[in-house]
Amino acid sequence: MGRVSVKNVSRVFSKKEDNSGTEALHNISFDVQDGEFICLLGPSGCGKTTLLRITAGLETLTSGEITLNGVPITGPDPKRGMVFQQYSLFPWRTVIDNITFGLEMQGIKKKEARKQVEKYLELVGLGQFKNSYPHELSGGMQQRAAIARALSNEPEVLLMDEPFGALDAQTRNVLQDELLKIWEQKHVTFLFVTHSVDEAVVLSDRIVVMTSRPGRIKEIIKVELPRPRSRTSPEVNNLRDHVLKLLEEERFSK
Amino acid sequence: MKINFRKTVEEKGIETLSFVFVITLWQLLANRVVQNKLLLPSFYDVVLAFSVIVKTGLIYTDTMTSLLHFSIGIAAALILGIPLGIAMGWFKAANRALDPIIEILRPIPPLAWIPFAIIWFGLTHQAAGFVVFVGMIFPIIINTYTGFKNVPRVYVEAAKVLGCNRNIDLIRFVALPSAIPTIAAGIRIAMGVGWMCLVGAEMFGVSNNGLGYQIWHNYYLHRMDFVLVYMLLLGFIGLLIDRFFRYYVDEKLLRWKSGTVV
Repeated sequence: MGRVSVKNVSRVFSKKEDNSGTEALHNISFDVQDGEFICLLGPSGCGKTTLLRITAGLETLTSGEITLNGVPITGPDPKRGMVFQQYSLFPWRTVIDNITFGLEMQGIKKKEARKQVEKYLELVGLGQFKNSYPHELSGGMQQRAAIARALSNEPEVLLMDEPFGALDAQTRNVLQDELLKIWEQKHVTFLFVTHSVDEAVVLSDRIVVMTSRPGRIKEIIKVELPRPRSRTSPEVNNLRDHVLKLLEEERFSK
Repeated sequence: MKINFRKTVEEKGIETLSFVFVITLWQLLANRVVQNKLLLPSFYDVVLAFSVIVKTGLIYTDTMTSLLHFSIGIAAALILGIPLGIAMGWFKAANRALDPIIEILRPIPPLAWIPFAIIWFGLTHQAAGFVVFVGMIFPIIINTYTGFKNVPRVYVEAAKVLGCNRNIDLIRFVALPSAIPTIAAGIRIAMGVGWMCLVGAEMFGVSNNGLGYQIWHNYYLHRMDFVLVYMLLLGFIGLLIDRFFRYYVDEKLLRWKSGTVV
């Protein structure tokens, strides 16, 4: 079960020298249902990545609270998996040994762990590359492996920080479709940060649109289009148009 | 066999020619121009001297003695240097505590430690090993420290969200493997420095054996052909150690890097 609740979260980055601060997030509240796919969308610098990193436990908040199933988040935990924008596979480990890393940390023997993660390798279609090193893989394959690595801990929430941001447009589309398949199979809550309106519209149950700095919630849009969604249908286009207008307002309000 | 031989000659033709040319030039220069064995022994003199030390078995005792000194030094430098570098690279407080001391000791040339080496250890293998150790430890500390400072943050964060949270685990599973290339480079530099310190230590009387000692000993006897043999021997053994280490590191430790442009 992965119910995430964000309550009145603010984050101020203070500078030590002159006590001045930059407010990155201002009083953000929303709830995420178990198994829901949420996209955080906003102009660059709006704090969406900061919000995700706080949820991961890699960043602290100034005030407010984020809970997972009612338990406040205080630090990193394997219950909350994360996929990073940068390539984050350990280059000294083969693909399969990257995916077993989480299990090894739980104290499971390498041999046993390798058996257990076989299904995740198949899930992301990297079966025949399991003994390759990350530098031998394409960018798309590396992010697939990173998703498998995050899934291997059986997390309740999967946090994704623009995971496809560095990929070319075609690979990105393919990976979005694959990600939705994984989401349908695995019943995991997804929190997905993106700056791409197309990506948000294709993937999400709800889109949380944020304002420019300091990040507030501008609007939460429920996407009630059946999946698989066509990327060019009139409904999708209307929605995209609406979201783009919201973002445009942000650009001019500055 | 014949074809292989021809292939080697063709592939390494320029290298072979260059070698042959330099040796011929050396021989002619020594034999016809200088004509003084003290000033410049010829190639042939050196070959003769080499055959003498092989026949008497001196070459084995001295090489083994020098390698023993070297091993003592490198073992001590690795055992002490790597943990110190790790502590300084990972814990800020350790860095603040140790950095000033290291920065004061580091500029002292390792050979300046020879008097103390003799006072502390006497004329033992440990004394020579100590001088080698002083020469080797600083490059090892500094490169280990640098390797640990430059661990990409995303690897540490990825490990944390996968349940690797204790410092000891982060060091063992993330920082150390990530820093291995830098540490290996530091050890290579250290081995070069250590090899030089070895000769210095043996020359200045820390030892009564060893390749460095023999250079000085034969100089007193004015047997410059033997001096030259030991010089060349030092060069070749140094080269061999470096090659062997590089092969080991590239093949065993850094397989994951092969093919990347570094």
